[in-house]
Amino acid sequence: MIDKVVQSIAEALEGIRDGSTVLIGGFGAVGQPDALIEGLIEQGAKELVAVANNAGTGHVGLARLMELGRVRKIICSFPRSAGSVVFEELYKAGKIELEIVPQGTLAERMRAAGAGIPAFFTPTGAGTLLARGKEEREIGGKLCVLEEALHGDVALVEGWEADRWGNLTYRRSGRNFNPVMAMAAAMTVAQVDRIVELGGIPPENVMTPAVYVHRVVRVPSPYGSAAPAGAAAGAAA
Amino acid sequence: MPDQAVAVLSRNQMAKRLADDIPEGWCVNLGIGIPTLVADHVPESREVLFQSENGILGMGPAPEKGHEDFWLINAGKQPVTLRPGGSYFHHADSFSMIRGGHIDLCVLGAFEVAENGDIANWATSENDSAPAVGGAMDLAAGAKRLWVIMEHTTKDGRPKIVERCAYPLTAAGVVTRVYTNLAVLDVVPGKGFVVRDMAPGLTLEALQARTGATLHAAG
Repeated sequence: MIDKVVQSIAEALEGIRDGSTVLIGGFGAVGQPDALIEGLIEQGAKELVAVANNAGTGHVGLARLMELGRVRKIICSFPRSAGSVVFEELYKAGKIELEIVPQGTLAERMRAAGAGIPAFFTPTGAGTLLARGKEEREIGGKLCVLEEALHGDVALVEGWEADRWGNLTYRRSGRNFNPVMAMAAAMTVAQVDRIVELGGIPPENVMTPAVYVHRVVRVPSPYGSAAPAGAAAGAAA
Repeated sequence: MPDQAVAVLSRNQMAKRLADDIPEGWCVNLGIGIPTLVADHVPESREVLFQSENGILGMGPAPEKGHEDFWLINAGKQPVTLRPGGSYFHHADSFSMIRGGHIDLCVLGAFEVAENGDIANWATSENDSAPAVGGAMDLAAGAKRLWVIMEHTTKDGRPKIVERCAYPLTAAGVVTRVYTNLAVLDVVPGKGFVVRDMAPGLTLEALQARTGATLHAAG
């Protein structure tokens, strides 16, 4: 019997080694696996390379992990959100390395990693500062830059539902980076609000198929499934 | 400063001016800041598909107070709604739409726009401390049209409409129109900025005085 469901956060994160590249899902706070990030703080791995769209806010979650000196480098598109105080300080002090990647290129680099594409040419960023040191080539009359696949050792994602095989759904705009990160990592750990029977997710509605997911842990979302915002959102729930 | 007789547009008036030029049926991505206001000025009867980079097509207006949904936010991370017919998808799909030429219009803010259509909106120097690019370079490279909405000058009066951008580029030669608090300018290849519209009471000479590139009268 295949059963990827584990009973604790500690079990879900067991074996993450120092120096790992950790892909962390979410766009701002939405779809961000908070419990797994807190668990990683407890777990103790250090010298990490964190890949996330944003660089954390306040002094919790990813920001706390950085504050504790456990992140050597962050790869992200938008580190300068309101409240990204920890990142700003560490960066100014030269205590963290930053790789800025255009948001679509960040997503595509991970999709490519999951899809077995070692690198691809894209017009995004060609001819700009972010193309420096990278191969550029004119293709079909458009200047393009070569971007390499971005693999993770571990992906931490937040789903909505899961079954014991590891099929996942996501809630509304909480999907964002989670599916491509799940594809791109050697080990994908999902925290989900609910675990359903095998077959409980209609096959047509599976958003991340089981093959991409290795461990599942149930963490009821504090944001739950409260009444959606207005009839329009309800129609698409 | 503009003469007292000049009716300088507010941010909402600028957004309305731009929104009036969006035809029914277009798929539109709005950047953060003033661009976000544009959605408030497209009447529901004129169906426009708003795309948000974080994986939403058919985004609706902000919810009423008390009806916010944690799981539904826009690119600026503010709560929004979804219109009937709307959909959610992941980031690689979202940027496939953006890069793949499926977006009719992208509206961005900017530090500078040049007469050759260059845009600079992500970093203010070559060694900017932690620049934040987000999705701007993907949008600039991939949308069918790129319109910029911004103040005509900086707070201290320096021109943002220029011959050549001084700040690091977001993308080269992509801006086709600029909406400011003083004017609407087309960027015409080989010619430069052509004045399409001006704030009431403003003369071309007065507008030129606040602009760092040559302005051409329409027609």
